[in-house]
Amino acid sequence: MTRNKLFFSAAAVLLAAMPALAEIDLSGSWSSKNHEDAMERGAGPNPDDWAGLPFNDAGRAKALSFSQSTISMPERTCWFQTQWHVAAGPFSLKIWSETDPITGKINAWVLGGWETRAPMTIWMDGRPHPSKYAPHDQTGFTTGTWNGDVLTAYTTHIKTGYMRRNGAASSDQATITTTFMRHGDMLTLALVMEDPVYLTEPYILTRSYMSTPTPVAVAGPPCIIGYEGVESGRVPHYLPGKNPFMDEMDRLYHIPREAAMGGAETMYPEFRNKIKDKFTIPEKCKINCGAPGAAQQN
Amino acid sequence: MTYRFSKLALVMAGSLIAQTGLYAQGRGGRGGGPPQAPKAAAPIDLTGYWVSVVTEDWRYRMVTPAPGDFQGVPMTPAAVKIAETWDPQKEKASPDQCKSYGAPAILRVPERLHISWQDDNTLQLETDAGKQVRDFHFGNWKAPAGTPTLQGDSTAVWERGGRGSAGGSLKVDTTHLKAGFLRKNGIPYSENTQLTEYYDLVKERNGDQLLVVTIVTTDPMYLREPFIISSHFKKQASDAGWNPSACSAIW
Repeated sequence: MTRNKLFFSAAAVLLAAMPALAEIDLSGSWSSKNHEDAMERGAGPNPDDWAGLPFNDAGRAKALSFSQSTISMPERTCWFQTQWHVAAGPFSLKIWSETDPITGKINAWVLGGWETRAPMTIWMDGRPHPSKYAPHDQTGFTTGTWNGDVLTAYTTHIKTGYMRRNGAASSDQATITTTFMRHGDMLTLALVMEDPVYLTEPYILTRSYMSTPTPVAVAGPPCIIGYEGVESGRVPHYLPGKNPFMDEMDRLYHIPREAAMGGAETMYPEFRNKIKDKFTIPEKCKINCGAPGAAQQN
Repeated sequence: MTYRFSKLALVMAGSLIAQTGLYAQGRGGRGGGPPQAPKAAAPIDLTGYWVSVVTEDWRYRMVTPAPGDFQGVPMTPAAVKIAETWDPQKEKASPDQCKSYGAPAILRVPERLHISWQDDNTLQLETDAGKQVRDFHFGNWKAPAGTPTLQGDSTAVWERGGRGSAGGSLKVDTTHLKAGFLRKNGIPYSENTQLTEYYDLVKERNGDQLLVVTIVTTDPMYLREPFIISSHFKKQASDAGWNPSACSAIW
């Protein structure tokens, strides 16, 4: 029996020392590279710029009713974002695992939160998603599975939020699938939002991060409510047909309204044929032209 | 009883040793027999037709950005100086209409891709926009001498997942590039540019297949740090929509 105990002890040590089948370590600090969508992720998108967003008529109508002053309402000041903000926001990531102290198995991966986004806990222990009648919040409920070295996370139970920070909204029926692909010091995330209320096709964003030895700070909600000049009882909005920014993209970049108003067709190459004769290259970029490289986050 | 326990322990130890051995081979390791050709050994299938899904950097990709619109690109002062001289009228008259169709920029062009095996060691990527062709060479391929080209010389390697993994990805390194533009409005890259790309497949919940390409462009002359972006494409059932068209410097 002594020899058997030795064998079992050795086996246990070996098992503990080896990573689980075909997984990869995601933990650490990851610096966001905002080289694409730099303005949209940083200062925020132009008003009424929904080009490349596959929303439907209802989504467009809701977006057109949005006034940026909405988030100055005390009720909305801390309207922090859903997990979609990982892709639509500018911030770097801190990722760590929650490990069972007895078995050593990873129960969850966690993406640290920001002031405007709650941490994302990706449950890896096989627990089911709650009933569809369970409460929704901005955090949502996320489970994950490994396929080889790729982690796929699925988020449900999120409250209504935004797809773009200029009023394009997601509903409480939206779900987000986040795929984590690590290549050495580089991490690429593909986020796919599906929303039967406001989208006609999945909305896809991909983002890249570099491993950094500089610790990324995590600072989750709550934020602090403050008075920003919106009097009690007023809800900033635009009535149908009264949004003053519908031709803002045309004015700034000569992008026709039919492109700025979005829709699935604006995502595909053929759409260029539709606007080719309506577009002229602006003489000079006048606003939001970018300070080269300034958008990088560390 | 003692015998049964010993047998079980031996089986466990043997199994662990076998697994440890496989793990020790690391990425790309496959025990036994002669190595397979890259085509046969492909851990993922990239072949077929793909269409750009332009949800990012829309105003730099679907239309020609204005002169001086450089959002997001970590340009050196030398690059800014050159880019600020970009003149669409001069470009329209230029005999070289393909400066923004080189390897570092080609996957940002709204387009369709056709990926196919040319032989057991060469994966080819064609674009309808600009009618460009890139060859990804596996193995001990040696680049021919000669002048730099728009698509450069590319070597490829499969990256496999860890022990017991299904799937993997393609890593492509490209050098020997002719100078060109990262964006149509004249943001330059030099002949010293090195390009590294990772090709990954992502399955959507609705069944659609996505190709995600992470693109890392390094150019000590015109970039202050590596320029890192990612493009995504959706798998197409056929060549419907494949529409070869010439390069255009201003559209």
